[in-house]
Amino acid sequence: MVAKGRIVWVSGPAVKADGMSDAKMYETVSVGEAKLIGEVIRLTGDVAFIQVYESTSGLKPGEPVVGTGNPLSVLLGPGIMGQIYDGIQRPLKELSKKSGSFIGRGITTTPVDMTKKYHFVPTAKVGDDVQPGNVIGTVKETELIDHSIMVPPDHSGGKITKIVSEGDYDLETEIATTEKDGNSTILKMYHKWPVRKPRPYQKRHDPTIPLLTGQRILDTFFPLAKGGTGSIPGAFGTGKTVTLHQIAKWADSQVVVYIGCGERGNEMTEVLVEFPELKDPRSGRPLMERTVLVANTSNMPVAAREASIYTGVTIAEYYRDMGMDVVLVADSTSRWAEALREMSGRLEEMPAEEGYPSYLASRLAEFYERAGRVQVIGSPDRDGSVSLVGAVSPSGGDFTEPVTTHTMRFIKTFWALDAKLAYSRHYPAINWMNSYSGYLSDVAKWWSKNISEDWLNLRGEAYGILQREDTLKEIVRLLGPEALPDEEKIILEVARMIKIGLLQQNSFDEVDTYCSPKKQFKLMKLLVDFYKGAQQALKDGASLADIRAMSVIGTLLKARMEVKDEELDKLDQIDQIMSEQFKSITGVKVTT
Amino acid sequence: MTTQGGVQYSKIAEIKGPLVIVDDVENAAFDELVEVLTSTGEKRLGKVLEVGNGKAVVQVFEGTTGLSISGTSAKFVGKVMEMPLSEEILGRVFDGMGRPKDGLPDPIADKFSDINGEPMNPEQRDYPRDFIQTGVSVIDGMLTLVRGQKLPIFSGSGMSHNILAAQIARQATVVGTKEDFAVVFAAIGVQYSESEYFRRSLEESGALKRSVLFLNLANDPAIERIITPRVALTAAEYLAYDLGMHVLVILTDMTNYAEALREISAAREEVPGRKGYPGYLYTDLSTIYERAGRLKGRKGSVTQMPILSMPNDDITHPIPDLTGYITEGQIVLGRDLFRQGIYPPVNILMSLSRIMKDGIGEGSTRADHQEISNQNYDAYSRSQEVRALAGIVGKAGLTGVDLKYLEYGDDFEKDFLSQDIDENRKIEETLELQWKSVSMLPKNELTKVKDKYIEQYYKEN
Repeated sequence: MVAKGRIVWVSGPAVKADGMSDAKMYETVSVGEAKLIGEVIRLTGDVAFIQVYESTSGLKPGEPVVGTGNPLSVLLGPGIMGQIYDGIQRPLKELSKKSGSFIGRGITTTPVDMTKKYHFVPTAKVGDDVQPGNVIGTVKETELIDHSIMVPPDHSGGKITKIVSEGDYDLETEIATTEKDGNSTILKMYHKWPVRKPRPYQKRHDPTIPLLTGQRILDTFFPLAKGGTGSIPGAFGTGKTVTLHQIAKWADSQVVVYIGCGERGNEMTEVLVEFPELKDPRSGRPLMERTVLVANTSNMPVAAREASIYTGVTIAEYYRDMGMDVVLVADSTSRWAEALREMSGRLEEMPAEEGYPSYLASRLAEFYERAGRVQVIGSPDRDGSVSLVGAVSPSGGDFTEPVTTHTMRFIKTFWALDAKLAYSRHYPAINWMNSYSGYLSDVAKWWSKNISEDWLNLRGEAYGILQREDTLKEIVRLLGPEALPDEEKIILEVARMIKIGLLQQNSFDEVDTYCSPKKQFKLMKLLVDFYKGAQQALKDGASLADIRAMSVIGTLLKARMEVKDEELDKLDQIDQIMSEQFKSITGVKVTT
Repeated sequence: MTTQGGVQYSKIAEIKGPLVIVDDVENAAFDELVEVLTSTGEKRLGKVLEVGNGKAVVQVFEGTTGLSISGTSAKFVGKVMEMPLSEEILGRVFDGMGRPKDGLPDPIADKFSDINGEPMNPEQRDYPRDFIQTGVSVIDGMLTLVRGQKLPIFSGSGMSHNILAAQIARQATVVGTKEDFAVVFAAIGVQYSESEYFRRSLEESGALKRSVLFLNLANDPAIERIITPRVALTAAEYLAYDLGMHVLVILTDMTNYAEALREISAAREEVPGRKGYPGYLYTDLSTIYERAGRLKGRKGSVTQMPILSMPNDDITHPIPDLTGYITEGQIVLGRDLFRQGIYPPVNILMSLSRIMKDGIGEGSTRADHQEISNQNYDAYSRSQEVRALAGIVGKAGLTGVDLKYLEYGDDFEKDFLSQDIDENRKIEETLELQWKSVSMLPKNELTKVKDKYIEQYYKEN
């Protein structure tokens, strides 16, 4: 029985309708003559409170509201990859065909082209017993994505009584039939899944594999693990979006879901223009072949912004279920929280801090809890992961505001952006003293096995130098640098070199934009070796001026841009030159 | 409800602040335009904020002063607020709601457009890439403006933002093209003298006939300010996308806009966000700022330069803060530089142009542009640190390199940053000045530029 009611009240994206006693919580409804899409978010008697995903301008009391019987769902199947969707999975390309350059209202489209044919290769046969999550065939979705066709998680399972042979089929083709207890069900290449319900998995694994992003300060100092959660808060202009773009470009995952949640339109355009031209460093294929965009820019309806996060994470889980590593970046979770606040205000709920609803923390927790590296359901056995990275836009750059503080409770890697660093053009402006990673010891095993057993020690030494500098800076601020002994001046010098030569990274430089784990390690080792060499040289009688005048310093600082990943032996040469120069400055001192 | 000449008028139940609550409402729509009729026959315009259960909450743009419960009635017009548009709007002056203010009749409309606009489909946007030469060195060299960008000026009371904006409006060109250019100027609650300065500046440069002015002055109704930027942008979009012009929109002062929004929010007794501003301030501002851009397959562009004065020069105040999160960078004016008499007093370290990287370089400005600009940012930031240090330990406590940085900072501010209000510098000149400043430093300090550029442009002393 679908609900049929009438609008009684309209205010912005919030609508009340009566005669809705048959409506269910979180059911999608069609609102008004224009058939706008809405979702029921509160029921009182026969009055339903509806958030509308499109502009309600011109909507009148008395217009009809009709239920659909279904919760807000996404369509999952081949054709998603490379798309740009709005917050409720409407493809923006299709919308522009129907309403031109600006987004019109009441437009219905299918999320993927239902008539496009895909080459289906069955992997199951008649008579097989299948469970939810079982792979029954594959199609090549893009050059990069082998898309598994799976039995939906909410399917009852059963015996395959019919399955099509290898060939080209569109999405509506009945590719298989299963039977259980005399009931037969038809399977197609797609199914639908409600966005607010996490997709099930078998069990969770520990997050022990690093998610490599090619960004030195992330990978080396504050790593994220596959299946982990991270957050990047920062005032405007500190480089949230550039960092997220870098992660989306270079992360070693098979799929990237990029959610532009209440952010700038031109930023989404930038991704759309740039990603098809950029090549994945591992496969050499255009990045767009592994990317899905969900774009609900700041001026698009606010309720759809709230939904966009769930739409994105459900798509991410779907590819995880195929056994892939998926990274989801959300820019920005603060705008999503503001959407919650706006709806909460219209519902006249009692506000908690700064007007945000009291359930803000639990909603954030639910979202970040959908991350994880898991053994997925069904056979064959396979592991997949969803890593979540959310930008936070704290008002006034103040990290004590509710969205930042609550987010910090549910994430393990924290990349704190710092306006002061950004003002001095130190990019990425991630503050090394305020950031942290809870995955450091977990991923150390990987580095020790694949790169060097020395990794964790060296990282500790490099970080130690930065920490010492942080304390010394206070003294310098009061007394000037001349108040320090030479051994401590060297610390300031090397810390500056670590900042310029290792922490800073130019995302717009062809070479520097991506740094392989091996290069990261070698650069770090060079700098730590320089520090040890310099301390030793001082003991052996060299002067600070001698050390500062070493010509290798300039080479070392530009190595991140000048040395390409495939010519790392150049770094070994720098190491040699460095030890020779140390020898010569101490040598000179001994003879005079 | 009463009926006069076939039109239905509703009674007013309550008046509070800028809002009237209308009773016996049938058939009113959300966002609909309302005519409020006073007892003296005066007609004021309003908009439905909320409708239901036989009542409508209406915001009255001209304010509620002089309205009475018994003598006032309201008529629902049956459409949202629209603006009449045609090429004739060029050279005209309108009030803050888009009605002629220059004594001339209404322009004959080619089309009517909803002043709220519609969100651009991100997939249909064309990425901004065309470098705009403003002739102001600090902007062209280090905060490059690109067609279709939204780049605000964050200022403080009394500083020279209007002079800078007027200079940009006079001088802005895309080098090597002869395309239609237009200026749309919206004064939002500013003083007469400021808006008059701007008008005269356009007139003297001969740009007035390519301009459209919308004036809501400090003594005009405050709630009208909600409308002013929207009518201005509707005109700009028409000039850009229907007539193919490149439009520069100047909105001053957005702080007054946000205050009008707060007034309405307070009257509606909404739960406030920070400093009493409504929680939806970000979303609301974005519906203005996001109307900048370019569209695929259309010739024109809308470039926005909103101006806002930061209360107490505080960049973390909600208005500059939320603006900075939406716009593609910001030009921040610095009180210290202003006090020293430097014009334009741009604090480059706090300023940023996000799209700069896509508008400069080989083929548009020069291949070394990005790197020399990075080097100047780096050096200026270092020179500021050294200045602070010199303030504590004295110049005597500085090393030789640090002294060079002091000299660099002075040269940068004196020769590169400073210029006259009618000085129009070519981009080549700007780049030369950047190299001149940087050449105060020893070569090995230049870690942000490639060696080949140092060879080519570094000036040996």
